Amino acid sequence: MPVLELQNISKHFGAIHAVNDVSFSLEPGEVVGLMGDNGAGKSTLVKMIAGNFRPSHGTMRMDGQELVMHKPVEARRHGIEIVHQDLALCNNLTAAENVFLGRELRRGFGPFSVLDYPAMYKRAAQIFTELKSETRPRDVVKSMSGGQRQAVAIARTRLTDAKIVLMDEPTAAISVRQVAEVLNLIRRLRDHGIAVALISHRMPDVFTVADRVIVMRRGRKVADKKIAESSPEEVTGLITGAIEAA
Amino acid sequence: MTSTDMPSSKDARSATDRTMDQRLELKQHSRLSALLSNQTFWVFVAVVLACLYLTVATDAFATSKNLYNITRNVTFVAIIALGMTMVIISGGIDLSVGSVLCLSSMVLAVTMHAGYGIGIGIAAAIATALAVGAFNGILIAYLGFPPFVVTLGMLSVARSLAMVASNNTVVFQFGPDHDKLLALGGGAWVFGIANPVLYMLVLAALAGFVLRWTRFGRHVFAIGGNEKAAILTGVPVKPIKVAVYMISALTAGIAGIVQTGWLGAVTTNIGAGMELQVIAAAVIGGADLAGGVGTALGALVGAALIEVIRNSLGLLGINAFWQGAFIGGAIILAVLFDRIRNFRQSD
Repeated sequence: MPVLELQNISKHFGAIHAVNDVSFSLEPGEVVGLMGDNGAGKSTLVKMIAGNFRPSHGTMRMDGQELVMHKPVEARRHGIEIVHQDLALCNNLTAAENVFLGRELRRGFGPFSVLDYPAMYKRAAQIFTELKSETRPRDVVKSMSGGQRQAVAIARTRLTDAKIVLMDEPTAAISVRQVAEVLNLIRRLRDHGIAVALISHRMPDVFTVADRVIVMRRGRKVADKKIAESSPEEVTGLITGAIEAA
Repeated sequence: MTSTDMPSSKDARSATDRTMDQRLELKQHSRLSALLSNQTFWVFVAVVLACLYLTVATDAFATSKNLYNITRNVTFVAIIALGMTMVIISGGIDLSVGSVLCLSSMVLAVTMHAGYGIGIGIAAAIATALAVGAFNGILIAYLGFPPFVVTLGMLSVARSLAMVASNNTVVFQFGPDHDKLLALGGGAWVFGIANPVLYMLVLAALAGFVLRWTRFGRHVFAIGGNEKAAILTGVPVKPIKVAVYMISALTAGIAGIVQTGWLGAVTTNIGAGMELQVIAAAVIGGADLAGGVGTALGALVGAALIEVIRNSLGLLGINAFWQGAFIGGAIILAVLFDRIRNFRQSD
């Protein structure tokens, strides 16, 4: 059964049809590449799944239940985690503090509770080990490489039992060696049975790590097929419109 | 590094062991280097050296009377610098503290002069400070005003209100609880330490605790580090910002109450220009005006350095007109060390 199912989703901003009648589903443990040119409707689609926008038409279902969200925090409560393009990290805080930002662990009782640093360092170290990342919980994010920063942002999604992780251009601004590191992190998430939607401009990344590719053009879904049955040339054609649909 | 000598293994356990080793090593190494690269530490060293020099060079410095004076003079700037440090950590600035100090003092003085007890007077003064802080905070957090503009406006408004409240007179009669108020600010209830110093130490401990051990404190740092990230991770940014400006105004109010008790009189002049001393103390103590960095201890140490400079110039017989130059020099020097460290890091 799909973990997330979109049925005939549309989003209009006045006369502009940002997303038009799009349906697709995400299976657990599946990495789906979401591709399309600027303005194709990718980010509007993602923002609806993330709870930032409500669809104008259509329904979203999660584990078969209809999903209606008004605020981004509700998405998190439903097990949808987002890794933002700029990673949303605070350079002045440590890796562990960033992982737990907004969800700090405390010990003690009521108003007398204090932050539980040992527990946060321990849990963060566990997650980084699980992700096979060399990131150290006590290191300040300011001095980290692009790949380590990604690991911190992705570690956040492991705090709760996330079912879906949306990643917005995770490889846009990092070096080639670090791209491999990030793609490995994505595989770790998949191995935990998490569905990953990877929004990317980079053809090689999608073809390396994704199981399926969905191509958007001018608000519509023009292709949804297994990576094995497609090719970078075909996807490029679909993105630009040289190929109408596949 | 011992870790490079170890046989490389893909086994997860040995990978954890290795990072553990590295971590231990780094921890011991980083304790010392963290201390040496700490601005607050060096300013503290400067304060100690200056005190040692003055003890040797002058007869008047190390007398109990002078030390009593210094410690008490430090407190008013230091108490407000605690609140200012929080504002600066959050990435803001509060220029209104000197005027808020004046307004709170005047509300206290006028209320008590009118015959109310000290309890009501203090409550009114604190409430006034909190209201001013809330006004600043709401304009900044919810309406998106730049902190500089709002608090610059409030600098003018609060002092003007103090003049209106007192009709620009000097108040030195504080009604039935007159003596209580003077004891509160001028007494020395524990071991001969001036009361204001005790208040300062208690408030500093409280501020240090809040910044390090509470969720609120971490969120203040997060907002100063990357406000957008704080919003995206679900930190209640706006209420926290309002609270930070209320805390800043509250510290100004508390300093105002204590200073009123100490001076025994209030004029509409008190606290004029104080915001610059307070900001200087915070910055010398290591708070970064770009946000995200600062400590409560730093605020005290910064305030102490300013006071020691002031005091020493008098004792050494240097013309008092030089005071501004020395304090300004200290600000620039303190931040210079920070810049040098940053240059090294980026190389």
